Amino acid sequence: MTKKAHVQATVNGQPVEFLCEPRQSLLEVLRDELRLTGTKEGCNNGNCGACNVLLDGRLVNSCCVLGVEVEGCQITTIEGIASPQGLHPLQQKFLEHAALQCGICTPGFIVAAKALLDRHPRPTEYQVRHWLAGNLCRCTGYDKIIRAVLDAAGVAASG
Amino acid sequence: MEPFDYAAPKTLNEAIALLVERGDRARVLAGGTDIIVQVREGRRHADLLVDIKRIPEVNILHYDPREGLRLGAAVPCYRIYEDADIARLYPGLIDAVSLIGGIQIQSRASVGGNLCNASPAADTVPALIVHEARCVVMGPAGQRLVPVEEFCVAPGRTVLGRGELLVELRLPPPRPHFGAHYLRFIPRNEMDIAVVGVGAAVALDERRERCVQARIGLAAVAPTPLLVPEAAAALMDGPLTESHFDRAAALAQAAARPISDLRGDAAFRRHLVGVLTKRALRTALQRARET
Repeated sequence: MTKKAHVQATVNGQPVEFLCEPRQSLLEVLRDELRLTGTKEGCNNGNCGACNVLLDGRLVNSCCVLGVEVEGCQITTIEGIASPQGLHPLQQKFLEHAALQCGICTPGFIVAAKALLDRHPRPTEYQVRHWLAGNLCRCTGYDKIIRAVLDAAGVAASG
Repeated sequence: MEPFDYAAPKTLNEAIALLVERGDRARVLAGGTDIIVQVREGRRHADLLVDIKRIPEVNILHYDPREGLRLGAAVPCYRIYEDADIARLYPGLIDAVSLIGGIQIQSRASVGGNLCNASPAADTVPALIVHEARCVVMGPAGQRLVPVEEFCVAPGRTVLGRGELLVELRLPPPRPHFGAHYLRFIPRNEMDIAVVGVGAAVALDERRERCVQARIGLAAVAPTPLLVPEAAAALMDGPLTESHFDRAAALAQAAARPISDLRGDAAFRRHLVGVLTKRALRTALQRARET
């Protein structure tokens, strides 16, 4: 076993420090060391988006980032999306549109959609579908997810 | 995942010293979207990952009208396509960095990493080939420049020797009336590995009729990405017409040495080379006429 590294970062606005082995991904650190289990492991190889978090404001697959790489970084996970006042509009619209079934992909979709709306507050349906191409859902067929995101942005879905 | 050490040097010399000391057992980490997964899945082995992202030289992204583009080896895709000047001047590169993976991958993955991973299907390599990129390699013996089409030597293998590191890519300033395009065939709309990828670039004369310079690059049809000079040479004779594109496409098909695998058989790949070469040339020509 290699020596553990001491890492300081900010997660959901709170300063955190943790010890991790270099081989531990940011996903493993979030779930196993920081006990933030909202972020899910899907494929663990960068294809499915279930583990999406924001790293310094950029959408990333946390399975493809090492815990030791995030020294000094700002991380937002699904646990940091809602406010004390209540659910984020995306979360509310996912509920209203029933944009989930098994729920494993949902945290990743919400975080990815938040990254989209942060950059493009009024996206077209094409933009939403293109942006979310890196998130896989095997239950919904995507349409409800797309409608929920458009509704959260205040944009009417086509068709 | 097998255990490994991690180092994040702040200078090129420190990184090179680590790579010299650990040899093949050390791997460079930039965006990590390939190497982390490969080590996890046992497809590559590493005792040490050398994270180069804290080294200033590999984060350079700078355009100069005389020198061209300096693209640091660890610059992630999004920084390239979000730069409006670079997007205008290097359209083939922009095509490639915009279609690699999803947004999540583009946040981390670098062009330098795509090149060093040396996949025959790497999307950025045909684009780098048509933009005439040269690779700045640093090692214990100093610096050398390698034309990008010579950088990959076999699937997963590059010209880098012990202790050597890709520092940056240098793309010359675009010629007058220049256009380029990269496109690929995949069975899905997004998020897939190229069955075939084709890059094309053309530079036109002042009347924007004759081609004065061209490059064609292919991916996923040989053990390494290919530059096909004979296909580009077929464009040089008289004002450009569709029949030039037919000849160039046929020569590109002849240069391809595809294998059959789960993504497509050899005959289908050779067919795609012809179709995509013509499409890449048409778009490159259209872009050249608009500059």
